[in-house]
Amino acid sequence: MEYFVQQLVNGLTLGSIYGLIAIGYTMVYGIIGMINFAHGDIFMIGAFIALSTFLLLTTILGISFLPLVLLVVLVVSMAFTSAWGWTVERLAYRPLRGSFRLAPLITAIGMSIVLQNFVQVSQGARVKPLPPQITGGITLMEGSSANGTIQAQLSYMQIIIIATTLVLMVGFSLLISRTPLGRAQRACEQDRKMAALLGVNVDRTISLTFIMGAALASVAGLMFMLLYGVIDFYIGFLAGVKAFTAAVLGGIGSLPGAMLGGLLIGLIEVFWSAYFTVEYKDVAAFSILAIVLIFMPSGLLGKPEIEKV
Amino acid sequence: MASTSETAGTGTSGAVPQPERETRLARALRESVIAAGLTAILGFFFLALRTEIETGGLVLSTRWGLWLAAIGIVFVGRLALNLFVFGRLGATTRRKPATTGAGFPVAKVLTWGLLIFAIVLPFFFTIVFPQRDRQYIDLAILIMTYIMLGWGLNIVVGLAGLLDLGYVAFYAVGAYSFGLSAQYLGFGFWTALPLAGLLAASWGMILGFPVLRLRGDYLAIVTLAFGEIIRVVLLNWTDFTGGPNGVSGIPKPTIFGWELGRRDGSFNDLIGVPYDPIQRFIFLYYIIFGLALLTNFVTMRLRRLPIGRAWEALREDEIACRSLGINTRNTKLSAFSIGAMFAGFAGSFFATRQGFISPESFTFLESAIILAIVVLGGLGSQIGVVIAAIAMIGGIEVLRNLDFLKAIFGPDFEPTQYRMLIFGLAMVIIMVWKPRGLVSTREPTATLREKKRISSDVVAQGEGH
Repeated sequence: MEYFVQQLVNGLTLGSIYGLIAIGYTMVYGIIGMINFAHGDIFMIGAFIALSTFLLLTTILGISFLPLVLLVVLVVSMAFTSAWGWTVERLAYRPLRGSFRLAPLITAIGMSIVLQNFVQVSQGARVKPLPPQITGGITLMEGSSANGTIQAQLSYMQIIIIATTLVLMVGFSLLISRTPLGRAQRACEQDRKMAALLGVNVDRTISLTFIMGAALASVAGLMFMLLYGVIDFYIGFLAGVKAFTAAVLGGIGSLPGAMLGGLLIGLIEVFWSAYFTVEYKDVAAFSILAIVLIFMPSGLLGKPEIEKV
Repeated sequence: MASTSETAGTGTSGAVPQPERETRLARALRESVIAAGLTAILGFFFLALRTEIETGGLVLSTRWGLWLAAIGIVFVGRLALNLFVFGRLGATTRRKPATTGAGFPVAKVLTWGLLIFAIVLPFFFTIVFPQRDRQYIDLAILIMTYIMLGWGLNIVVGLAGLLDLGYVAFYAVGAYSFGLSAQYLGFGFWTALPLAGLLAASWGMILGFPVLRLRGDYLAIVTLAFGEIIRVVLLNWTDFTGGPNGVSGIPKPTIFGWELGRRDGSFNDLIGVPYDPIQRFIFLYYIIFGLALLTNFVTMRLRRLPIGRAWEALREDEIACRSLGINTRNTKLSAFSIGAMFAGFAGSFFATRQGFISPESFTFLESAIILAIVVLGGLGSQIGVVIAAIAMIGGIEVLRNLDFLKAIFGPDFEPTQYRMLIFGLAMVIIMVWKPRGLVSTREPTATLREKKRISSDVVAQGEGH
């Protein structure tokens, strides 16, 4: 039981990270109908910016008050990663708007290769280890097993991750449902041409969508870095595919769906590793993607696609 | 980051008569400042700062020179592009009309020229570059492998319009079916070749059957997932596949049962020609050349059969296809499995060329490279695949030989580490510049009275449903 609770907590933590990345996929897919293949690498960029900022603050500027450091890191990495998201859209996707469907997918794959290799060349290919910064936690349950006591622990790191995700999700939902920007975003999602006719600046809205997606992905990158303590230039690919799986599982285009899908994928991965084999955890996630798409193409919370001839 | 793309077009200089020169200059300056500022922001954490691993943890080091240089390059490049390239594009190069008339048959001459060159290529290299012939023929083999893979994927993506991001899975199936059958059953290359094709085609069926109801991007992502699943299984099923250590000691191909070599009873012994290692390269080259030609020939013939027409019809409009009574499932499956079969052949060849295979060779990047070759060449265009494969794969290899760059950037400069970066940039730039690929005209299979090449703008290629 303690083991189960522990895995549940771990799964929710991992799921929060996937969910934050998945929102970027789902929003972009909703608004321009393309898989932003480079989004996973934007997450990776976010993690690297967070790492550099963290080192800049702690070693060079010598600030040791951790909450302040983390807050500054969060803001800086969101801002700078947003710039990356905007640039990728501006350079690789906007020129191809209205072109045939494969073209932006190819530039997206190209951008993904560019970002990975840019980081590899500029920052080195070796993994960057960061010692755990936030330690300790709350013991939820304690029990005894055959080989000593077993604990279910909710670490402070996990609390921070889940709480930040919740806050961001609430704020983000309000942004989409209450503000003029959110209204423009939803209008573009429903019908881009009509939205343009009614005076919505479509290009600007799409750019902002990429910026928001990148900002959320950078938060996920920061959390990933703090949680696992190692990052390299290749973390974006797997995380990206899994987050996309999450977006599809929840129903692509649906924001609550992306979060739900992220949590489910995180739970599935963690429980699979805990009770079956660690080696095949990626296979589990990918199989779920295939199964969901085949039997339930519109996902858990998505709207079924109606085709008109 | 954008520097390479933006300095690319600076060669076309010259004064353009512009009445509003002043305002244009101001605009160009403003945009260049924005671009440079953006570079400063983007590059700050990647060019100016660098995290280094040292004893006691990570350390930040700074590289202000590199950062400032990047900003400067982007500023100048953007300014030059704005002044000399962008302004003229709109005025002078109008799009040509959709249908181009007969004119000089460039494509035909190019096709035959390349074919003849491909036939004589090994002798050309042994005579012209006797010092480096092995290296060049090896590169030709590599390019030819990618041409074959590109042609195979062209059936799936270019003709049937199914976007497959996991094509490398079938390549892996082909390679492993030869590697493992050689290891466990003692099969030779020629026995394993049809087997590899058959197995890959079967896997194409197995994987294709459930997913072909999906459309467009969804199909892409599921095929990607399948490709990764196969790789992960190959990596972890250590007892059977050798896991990360792969399969080694894969036999070389034989000529009707005789090996190339020095020993008694080898092919050289039989025909009385002294053995030279280059012969093995030439032999491998002709095998992959033959396989590639076979792929091309089968594709060209299939396009004229009802099944090929059904593929192209499916690409254009699936609903119309269904209304006309075409069995879309079987049509898609046949495209998927025939494409997979050729990947299986190529994989089997890859195994025999390398003599060693491991899951490392079959990553998603490989699928992306093959897809890039097909799309950049122009979907559905056979000659386009050849041009794109030569440009992309050959271009990457050229980087290995740029030793003179070391003289400019210092001895630590390693050009090969930039090859994937340049590859990715090339993918983006070519796609933005020519979204329809390098060869963007199509030869229709069914014609009325006269043949006309049509621009790909008028066909709905790669919609993927």
